[in-house]
Amino acid sequence: MAEDGGAGGRIGRAVSRRLAIAIPYLWLLGLFLVPFLFVFKISLSETSYGQPPYAPVFALDSLAGLWADIRQLSFDNYAWLFSDRLYLDAYLSSLRIAAISTVLALMIGYPLAYAMARSPAGWRPILVMLVILPFWTSFLIRVYAWIGILRPEGYLNQFLLWTGLISSPLSILNTETAVYIGIVYSYLPFMVLPIYASLERMDGRLIEAAGDLGCPPWRAFWAITLPLSVPGIIAGAFLVFIPAVGEFVIPDLLGGSQTLMVGKVLWDEFFANRDWPVASAVAILLLILLVAPMVALQRYRDRAV
Amino acid sequence: MNRLSPFNVVSLVVGFAFLYVPILLLVVYSFNASRLVTVWGGFSTQWYSALWRNQQFLDAAFVTLRVALLSASVATVLGTLAALALVRHADFRGKLLFSGMIFAPLVMPEVITGLSLLLLFVSIGFDRGFWTVTLAHITFSMCFVAVVVQSRLISFDRSLEEAAQDLGCPPWKAFLVITLPVIWPAVAAGWMLAFTLSLDDLVIASFTSGPGATTLPMRIYSQVRLGVTPEINAISTILIAIVASGVIAATIVTKRAEVRRLRDERLAAAENS
Repeated sequence: MAEDGGAGGRIGRAVSRRLAIAIPYLWLLGLFLVPFLFVFKISLSETSYGQPPYAPVFALDSLAGLWADIRQLSFDNYAWLFSDRLYLDAYLSSLRIAAISTVLALMIGYPLAYAMARSPAGWRPILVMLVILPFWTSFLIRVYAWIGILRPEGYLNQFLLWTGLISSPLSILNTETAVYIGIVYSYLPFMVLPIYASLERMDGRLIEAAGDLGCPPWRAFWAITLPLSVPGIIAGAFLVFIPAVGEFVIPDLLGGSQTLMVGKVLWDEFFANRDWPVASAVAILLLILLVAPMVALQRYRDRAV
Repeated sequence: MNRLSPFNVVSLVVGFAFLYVPILLLVVYSFNASRLVTVWGGFSTQWYSALWRNQQFLDAAFVTLRVALLSASVATVLGTLAALALVRHADFRGKLLFSGMIFAPLVMPEVITGLSLLLLFVSIGFDRGFWTVTLAHITFSMCFVAVVVQSRLISFDRSLEEAAQDLGCPPWKAFLVITLPVIWPAVAAGWMLAFTLSLDDLVIASFTSGPGATTLPMRIYSQVRLGVTPEINAISTILIAIVASGVIAATIVTKRAEVRRLRDERLAAAENS
């Protein structure tokens, strides 16, 4: 440190450093972490009819009161979730739909990312931009666009009937297939970009060397390219899978009443049944379900940086 | 340079067709004269003028715009501070929790984030409306800003700022004069991202907004549930046009800044030699 900076400079630095950390830290504590504690608290309270529609749990006026409150906590809402098949089925089908969608996104996303990484260097920034651009346009509108395509009298059926491939309209809207299409479409950029990043970094000479040594291209891909792109595949798979499990808009607009997903169940519990404690318990269980993949993804990112 | 194999060409064509055909159909059919959304009845801009007379949509658009401008601006400041904290300070108490809280909102299902904020506002008796939506949007979009700015800060050469501070420049001034101009493209991109996220959000807004603060996505959503209408196609097209031109303009501006910086560096190098 320089002489003329002096003690004033040091104090200024320490203060600005503290503030730079404290402001966003306190904001996130107050508006991200504390709200989860409220969800947890309300998931342990009893349903009641009124405003707000749950019985208050913590009065927090005295220590004795607190103990009385703790003894009043009920796990009824959680017991309820396990007693009714509906909730368990919703969690399971969310996991299944998210997993299938992730595999489908990989099957479409990998060839695209591969072709992008193999295209002339001058094209690549433009291609990346083209993948990102749909991500900037409204999610709701992109899901809505598929309603017009998948409806019985929609563009897809008109096209297929016109080509003569089918003789009567397919019903795709309001089925699980429509939900797969919606999720893959909405989250495809999340799959393509990490895979592209790992393929683009790859040293092309490795493939050339393999070719020189008599390795056929498909085997070079299998033995060299694919293993080197595994980090991208894992990151992309998590980025598609995690948000898909809790998805609400896509199953609601494309899946119809038949598709059961936990995000929709939570929304209905909250807005239609006005059962806030059960909605909170649904949220807590969903969170518990997602903690492991979230932590795995976070660790992955930390290692990558 | 590699030559593209036929397989790669097919992958590119199929992939980009999948991404763009739905959007293109939406845009084309917003100029449809027919009331039936999927039957072409000639060119018309009647749905755009119908939109202009629809007071509910205009009100919702105005609310959305105010929320987005305010929340993106605050989120950019908070997110940049958070990025500085993450990159500059090797360790402080609770850093793991802090980085976790920055990362979690990026992947957290929106229904959980929305529900938790709503329960907070109800518990502390904060009336829901314009401010609660804005606070909610600041909270999740600041995390996106932090990640964008963080990636730029990592590659920033800190010795420049340290040199300025050693010469007696106060830290805030060193940041404004030296660091900010360099990380500016990332900060601007962060603002844009926060702005579009706020413009786009349906789920969190539905939980946190109250009477009189219906946002455009909430209005569109309730309309879509009633059925597909040409008006929605028109409003979608307008939103797509705004975002696309914004992104393209931003790309051109940052490209130009990059070119100018390279030229300046080359000039400086030539003068020194």
